[in-house]
Amino acid sequence: MTTRAETQPGQPPIVVDGLTMAYGERVIQHDLSFTVREGDIFIVMGGSGCGKSTLLRHLIGLKPPAAGRVLYRGQDFWAAGRRERDRILRRCGVLYQSGGLWSSMTLAENVALPLEEYADLAVGEVRDIVAAKLALVGLAGFGDYYPAEISGGMQRRAGLARAMALDPDVLFFDEPSAGLDPVSARRLDDLILELRDSLGATVVVVTHDLASIFAIGTNSVFLDAASHRPIAWGPPRELREHAPDATVREFLTRGGRDEADSLGRAAAKGRTSP
Amino acid sequence: MTNGLPDQVAGSPAGVAEGGRVRVASAADGTAAIAVAGAWVRTAVRPTAEDILASLRDLAPQRARIDDDGLVAWDSTLLACLLKVRGECRRRGIEVTVQGLPAGLQTLIRLADAVPDRGASSSPDASATTAVHQVGHLAIDRATRLAATVRFVGEASLAILNVSRGRARFRWPEVAQLLHACGPDALGIISLIGFLMGLILAFVGAIQLRMFGAQIFVADLVGIGVVREMGAIMTGVVMAGRAGAAFAAQIGTMQVNDEVDAFRSLGINPVEFLVFPRLLALTLTMPLLCLYASAMGLLGGAVVGVGMLDLGWVQYWRETRQAVGLNDLLVGECMGAVFGVLVSLAGCLRGFQCGRSSLEVGRATTSAVVTGIVWIVVATATITVMCSVLKI
Repeated sequence: MTTRAETQPGQPPIVVDGLTMAYGERVIQHDLSFTVREGDIFIVMGGSGCGKSTLLRHLIGLKPPAAGRVLYRGQDFWAAGRRERDRILRRCGVLYQSGGLWSSMTLAENVALPLEEYADLAVGEVRDIVAAKLALVGLAGFGDYYPAEISGGMQRRAGLARAMALDPDVLFFDEPSAGLDPVSARRLDDLILELRDSLGATVVVVTHDLASIFAIGTNSVFLDAASHRPIAWGPPRELREHAPDATVREFLTRGGRDEADSLGRAAAKGRTSP
Repeated sequence: MTNGLPDQVAGSPAGVAEGGRVRVASAADGTAAIAVAGAWVRTAVRPTAEDILASLRDLAPQRARIDDDGLVAWDSTLLACLLKVRGECRRRGIEVTVQGLPAGLQTLIRLADAVPDRGASSSPDASATTAVHQVGHLAIDRATRLAATVRFVGEASLAILNVSRGRARFRWPEVAQLLHACGPDALGIISLIGFLMGLILAFVGAIQLRMFGAQIFVADLVGIGVVREMGAIMTGVVMAGRAGAAFAAQIGTMQVNDEVDAFRSLGINPVEFLVFPRLLALTLTMPLLCLYASAMGLLGGAVVGVGMLDLGWVQYWRETRQAVGLNDLLVGECMGAVFGVLVSLAGCLRGFQCGRSSLEVGRATTSAVVTGIVWIVVATATITVMCSVLKI
């Protein structure tokens, strides 16, 4: 973990280059390009239906692009062979919106599965790592529960423990704070920050939760639903003030109505600027 | 790919030489110093938590200190190991400090501590251990399920009553869709099963009856068997697998997605809204499917009769008409209608009893098919006994 940044000089974790996303004839976004740098908490934002989640599906190898490339550390994901692609994906952890936990397995089994499949570890060691991961997300002692027996917020955190199972380089989050109360959402944000700092991972977050965007985002891209292309890039706080496009400023200030309010909240949250 | 993943680092000669190392030494005033070093990663050779604990046991310190003595790389294996060592030390009353570790690792250890372990690490329903417990749980479980079944049948009856008063809420387009799914869509499988059923009955009868030169009675056997009993039973079993399972899976998934709750909160009775259309659709289509299955069965029997026993088509048909009375047909049709009610109720019941996970949907579906078939068999036995008592 700590060595990763040094051993891969120059190559950013993810580069999206001229990506076009489409369902059949219907183009969702075109000419999408951005770079996620090492240690970034990169926010993919935009209004509903702009293709945020579709972009995530392209990034984690669930949907091939209609045109363009996705580069992982300089390597073209979709041009690579199947084995190579699987190897890249093993370096990625994904937290799905509703946790995506396998309901027929306990939390411990959920976290253990990637370790058993891809890491050559003794049974006792897998158990120790699973316990450690569950403790990290505040679920120590919940290993024998089934996903249906715990609350939605706990499911989300268990999903995070599973996403971190293989010590990924890049962590993807799909709407991490959706459906959580403000305090839990804030805690999850803090957890993301702390995990980024201590694990040295790069984080990509798909969200439209403003509080989260300002609290953790170090860089971002804004997808416009109307013109089907990205219209702003940069740190979210700068975009709020200086975005060239009014749509972006409006989005980041909740329609421009409560600018003072959102500014105050963001300031109160403190720990933001990289 | 030159991204230097840890497994590649470890694969290089330098990586192998540089595995994880630990040194446990006794320092002044009863403090044990645990110094970790090297590349402590998944793919490298490294000491286990048990090794460290064994060394500690020999020293029997009051306090312990974990320090970084030249860590080159580390991942979750080190974190898991240190957490285990620390947990074990705490149990033994040894205080452990980690200030000498890299900042990232300290943060992770602090995070892991933020929420204390709940201790009892088992889910609530995994507590039944002894045989007595299990029997008790089983009995309670069965009783609750029986109560739920009775309750559901009651609710369904009320729903039907409401419909007859014209007050029930459901959508006719849904009934039409279900009629299509339960009727025409099932014709393929019903054709095959019906035809083969007649064929098999005729074969079995032919072997016995030919010994007495009574081949012609194959037509009687197939006619009465298929029209009166087997047509309805086989159709019922097929529909339990087709429609009953579909009802349970659909309602179960609706349960998982809060759709059933959405009906309740709108003041719409989900039993009325979901069960009645299904009950209606299957009860209407089952007799028709039975009729069709019986026709296919007669055809199957005739193929054997004509092809194997040298009977003529007309001869076979005459014999069948003579053997099969209207009451046989009515009994078969009634059984079909009854099975339609039972299969749809079983499917909906298990759907409504479904828990809130995908695992439960699978269970509900299985249970719906099994329940449907069991009810069919019990109903057949009951109806047959009733018919013989009433001499129908």
